[in-house]
Amino acid sequence: MNSKPRTYILSKKLDVFFGEVYNNVLFIGRFFSELGPPYEWKEIIRQCYMVGYKSLPLISVTSFVIGIVFTKQSRPSLSEFGAESWLPSLVAIAIFRALAPLVTALIAAGKVGSNIGAELGSMRVTEQIDAMEVSATNPFKFLVVSRVLATSFMLPVLMFYMAFISMIGAYLNILVNEDTSLVAFFVNALENISFLDFFSSLIKTIVFGFSIGIIGAYQGYNATQGTEGVGRAANAAVVTAMFVVFIEEIVAVQITNWFR
Amino acid sequence: MHKKEIHTSEREVVIAVRQLYKSFGSNHVLRGVDLDVHQGENVVVLGRSGTGKSVLIKIIAGLLKQDSGKAVVLGEDVATLDRKALRNFRLKIGFSFQNSALYDSMTVRENLEFPLLRNSRNLGRTAVNKAVQDVLDDVGLLHTINQFPAELSGGQRKRIGIARTLIMRPSVMLYDEPTAGLDPITSVEINNLINEVQQRYNTSSIIITHDLTCAKATGDRMAVLLEGKFARMGSFEHVFETDDERINSFYDYNFID
Repeated sequence: MNSKPRTYILSKKLDVFFGEVYNNVLFIGRFFSELGPPYEWKEIIRQCYMVGYKSLPLISVTSFVIGIVFTKQSRPSLSEFGAESWLPSLVAIAIFRALAPLVTALIAAGKVGSNIGAELGSMRVTEQIDAMEVSATNPFKFLVVSRVLATSFMLPVLMFYMAFISMIGAYLNILVNEDTSLVAFFVNALENISFLDFFSSLIKTIVFGFSIGIIGAYQGYNATQGTEGVGRAANAAVVTAMFVVFIEEIVAVQITNWFR
Repeated sequence: MHKKEIHTSEREVVIAVRQLYKSFGSNHVLRGVDLDVHQGENVVVLGRSGTGKSVLIKIIAGLLKQDSGKAVVLGEDVATLDRKALRNFRLKIGFSFQNSALYDSMTVRENLEFPLLRNSRNLGRTAVNKAVQDVLDDVGLLHTINQFPAELSGGQRKRIGIARTLIMRPSVMLYDEPTAGLDPITSVEINNLINEVQQRYNTSSIIITHDLTCAKATGDRMAVLLEGKFARMGSFEHVFETDDERINSFYDYNFID
């Protein structure tokens, strides 16, 4: 039987792109429609553990190194103006406003996003999601809602943890060069951190967490074509989430600056 | 286990498929399929790989939507059901997947509890434990209750997959290649289990297979799917008493002298 050649509205690539955007929007809409009770508490807590606790070693090492390196790199510039005493404030502002939320989100996109994409993708291609559906349960609620809630809850926690460890790293670098107490360092550092800085970072990381979770889940949940599809889902989850996180960071900075 | 002969003409039709069409792009998989399955009957759908056998039962279970035609199961037109109605409908359907589709991250107990806890929320812990143990006992795998799917053999995974569907006491069972990838002895065990399920749970079943030993052992009636349509239906002997080269070659390749 002859089949008509497929026609495209714009071009093949653009049609696919806008089709994906449209499907993502539907997926997000379904997430909010499935958000009500009954909740899968056990699975949500398990996912919080997977996202939060299991990410701690990577976040700890990365943030500690960032604290040390950022302080070390900033010192010569401030020294030129004899403004080394500003170092704790500078580091604190950089970490709380930008570095901690962004780096936490990028690490989570790589570690958690790929994990969600691969796990759900593998469940899709091995028909585990279909098995949940035919057993009259709701796989979307169990698999997607629980994971997206977990990333949205845990990313702010990881961000504050990262900020704290980065500040410890920064303190150690300062301690090597100047004899400063921990309390004096933190008083000095937090002097210039406002409620807006904390609040905007908190909101920002909730949004980052939501994006990483929903993108990973979307890619995995809609994976096709066997094991190759699983790899593609994991890869697309990371790349798309990182791209979206950067876009959201730019928007968040603009919005925060209106309130400053 | 010997199969009891059943007289289907007196029994009500529980699955009625009418003029079912389904295509994937330019690949026209089903081209006007008609099928009746009666109460308590095991119908085997035979056919080569890629002929749309699995697509047919996925449409019956509401996992895929047909392009046209009807699949009426237990009096409900599956394609017209909304999400909630589809969920209620699926309480009456059991689906055994080709690769068992057990949840990797859960133990056998959690796999079996999964549908039960979500569909019978008022059930107490004791009742849940009893249901799990009973159904595991039925498939002869009570000792695997705390194991993960990765620790089970292929045959055990098939049995647990069937047990997971039986725990909801379905009226209709859909088996997708139940003996695929199993050794002959385990295949016979699965065939016996399918017959036991039919008798003990009074289920009506569609069994998708290209294994004629399985078909002969489990089926009350055969239906041969060729080029998107049923080419022949009836008893095992009747189906293969034909001059149709396509059906005969299928037989010859299964039973090599």
